[in-house]
Amino acid sequence: MSKENNGIENLDITTPPGGHVVVDKSGKLEFTITVYTENQVGLLSRIAIMFSRRKINVESLNTSPSEIENIHRFTIVINEYEDVVRKLCRQIEKQVEVLKVYYNTNDELVWQEVALYKVPTGIIADIVKVERLLRQFGARVIAITKDYTIFETTGHREETDRLIKVFGQFGLIEFVRSARVAIIKDSSGFHEKLRQFEAREPGEDVIENEYLNQQDHIFTM
Amino acid sequence: METLEIKEKEKATASIQNISGSQAVLEALVAENVDTIFGYPGGAIMPIYDSLYDYADKLKHILVRHEQGGIHAGQGYARSSGKVGVVFATSGPGATNLVTGLADAMIDSTPLVCITGQVFAHLLGTDAFQEVDVINITTPVTKWNYQVTDATEIPGVLAKAFYIAATGRPGPVLIDITKNAQLQKFDYEGYKKCDHIRSYRPKPIVRKKYVEEAAKLINEAKRPFVIFGQGIILGKAEKEFKAFIEKGGLPAAWTILGLSALETDHPLNVGMLGMHGNYGPNVLTNECDVLIAVGMRFDDRVTGRLDKYAKQAKVIHLDIDPAEIDKNVKATVPVWGDCKETLPMLTKLIEKKNHKDWISKFHEHIRKEAEVVIKDELNPTGEVLTMGEVIKVLNELTDGNAIIVTDVGQHQMVTCRYAKFNQSKSNITSGGAGTMGFALPAAIGAKYGAPERTVVAIIGDGGFQMTLQELGTIMQFDVDVKIIILNNQFLGMVRQWQQLFHEKRYSFVDITSPDYIQLAKAYKIEGRSICKREHLKNALNTMLTHKGSYLLEVMVGKENNVFPMVPQGRGVAEIILSKEEL
Repeated sequence: MSKENNGIENLDITTPPGGHVVVDKSGKLEFTITVYTENQVGLLSRIAIMFSRRKINVESLNTSPSEIENIHRFTIVINEYEDVVRKLCRQIEKQVEVLKVYYNTNDELVWQEVALYKVPTGIIADIVKVERLLRQFGARVIAITKDYTIFETTGHREETDRLIKVFGQFGLIEFVRSARVAIIKDSSGFHEKLRQFEAREPGEDVIENEYLNQQDHIFTM
Repeated sequence: METLEIKEKEKATASIQNISGSQAVLEALVAENVDTIFGYPGGAIMPIYDSLYDYADKLKHILVRHEQGGIHAGQGYARSSGKVGVVFATSGPGATNLVTGLADAMIDSTPLVCITGQVFAHLLGTDAFQEVDVINITTPVTKWNYQVTDATEIPGVLAKAFYIAATGRPGPVLIDITKNAQLQKFDYEGYKKCDHIRSYRPKPIVRKKYVEEAAKLINEAKRPFVIFGQGIILGKAEKEFKAFIEKGGLPAAWTILGLSALETDHPLNVGMLGMHGNYGPNVLTNECDVLIAVGMRFDDRVTGRLDKYAKQAKVIHLDIDPAEIDKNVKATVPVWGDCKETLPMLTKLIEKKNHKDWISKFHEHIRKEAEVVIKDELNPTGEVLTMGEVIKVLNELTDGNAIIVTDVGQHQMVTCRYAKFNQSKSNITSGGAGTMGFALPAAIGAKYGAPERTVVAIIGDGGFQMTLQELGTIMQFDVDVKIIILNNQFLGMVRQWQQLFHEKRYSFVDITSPDYIQLAKAYKIEGRSICKREHLKNALNTMLTHKGSYLLEVMVGKENNVFPMVPQGRGVAEIILSKEEL
């Protein structure tokens, strides 16, 4: 039950879906909001403000081009009550440069996060049974120097968290995790619409400030 | 084929001129039929002002005394004319002085295009002189904003700006133009109005199914009740609305921004909703069986406590903005769309009825309110003048045909309660934001928006002192605005709350006024101050018949209160008629 934010039919959604739904202590669910937008300078700020105005903490935010040229896709994770999320999505969809907004619970998505772990090469080489570790966590080595080794793993948060504990014992130097990227299981319809849309009305190119590096060449008052 | 050839020829012969960005701005305004601009020049918008010198025969520019005055004037202009208000300001402090007006216009859905100058593009982000990140500051209070750094963008961006400001649920748009873009010359191929933006759907598609469901509910209703807002005025749907309520025999009450969409004396007009609204509409909100909200947004000043609001009623909500549906009050049947389209569809499907008994219940409550509140307010027996009686005499003298602009506070509530209107777009006030200082500049704008009409600004002694410098604008441009200051020597609404809810601890509400008549004289504006009832009618008459602007100060009761009142935290049916009921 993927929920669009532009249909009357969504007005009656009352039952939160079951499955792998994350519920926090206050009873809020983890929702992933997917926003399709024009590719425009300033839109990130306009969307971020929608959350901060309501004092909603964004757990993770990813913005990237979508499969269609000139259309960008925001993936935003928050913990909230469904009613709040629905209203929030309507407000986001109201923005002039926003094409479409969906919100979903975790069971309605396929999602991943990338984590990188920097650990001392010496310890890893001497103590850790690297091969076993890598198999167990589906991790990959992506850089090795004499000082450190960087491992990468991809998965849900609880999966990437587990590896922190392991590496924590062996002098984890640095850890970083990406924002969530997610594909809605049930959104093939919109992909088609997007394609037709872009073919019919190609998007405009982004106009950035081309004068920023010309300071020395321009006389000003 | 022939047509095609002609078009091609036209295209080929269309002259491509080499013009500056600032000229392109003014060409856009001319093409959008703008006649009046309110603004204040400064360094970063100087090229536009320089070009404006050559457009004096096409574009009238009103030099205000503060940018906040400029934007409120733009709002007044937009509200009285139904057109887009245009405002100019320079960068930095000039632009930030627009923020209050932008917030006000945003919440009251007022179409504006504000053009601000900005430092040279290569200086952006360097803390240059008068550089402020105006785009990020104004993002939450604009419907759309955009920074232009290259002159070639100007025609397209301004076309978008006007289209976005005026369509769907209207709102303010801000275009920030760097100085280099204003000065830059480019090949101008003419201006093309915008009528479509791919990611913007101003009107949701009307779903017939829901119109039918709404009509069914209305036809089955025994106690239907319509509450209407500014959506009717913005959608120019006054006729359609009247046809709808008249066919259905539906009693209708207004929000303060909906006021004047329906004549005050219409037999189905049952009064004002909300915190200081009429007794009947508030109490009967919790007794109706079908509540039909048209072009209004269930503001908390209208609903009181939501968990006690119209729980018994099935709610039909007609709105152009999908985000308003279910935002505060859950709709049983949402009718998304422009009420200019949806109301006739609904009218066609509803049965002709009169709901006589139900409407008489409103009249019973009106009688009760008249006895306890209105009688003393409009026909006081004490010596001290009341705000209500000033409005009553004003009604008699203007016959309900004036545009009335109010500031914010007790006088605003009293005026909205008692002023009479015969035509739409006559009530201009700061509804959602409650901006003190709004009325004086907004009245200036309202006069430019509707020059043939009498404009009366009714202002409290507190609000007047916030933007009184705009008397200078009135003086310089000879604007015919009648100004009434209802002076109770207090910040009255705060004082009323302090009296009722803070044990009369009147903390910093005692405000001293200057000699307003001397002040007006300094600005070459005629004026008079009165405090006696026997002078009231004559003084108002002198003001209204005076050629040009006039300031009338009326000294009113210091500790008069506005009742009825829905105390904060209570339901609408718990409205009180006097402080004894608290």
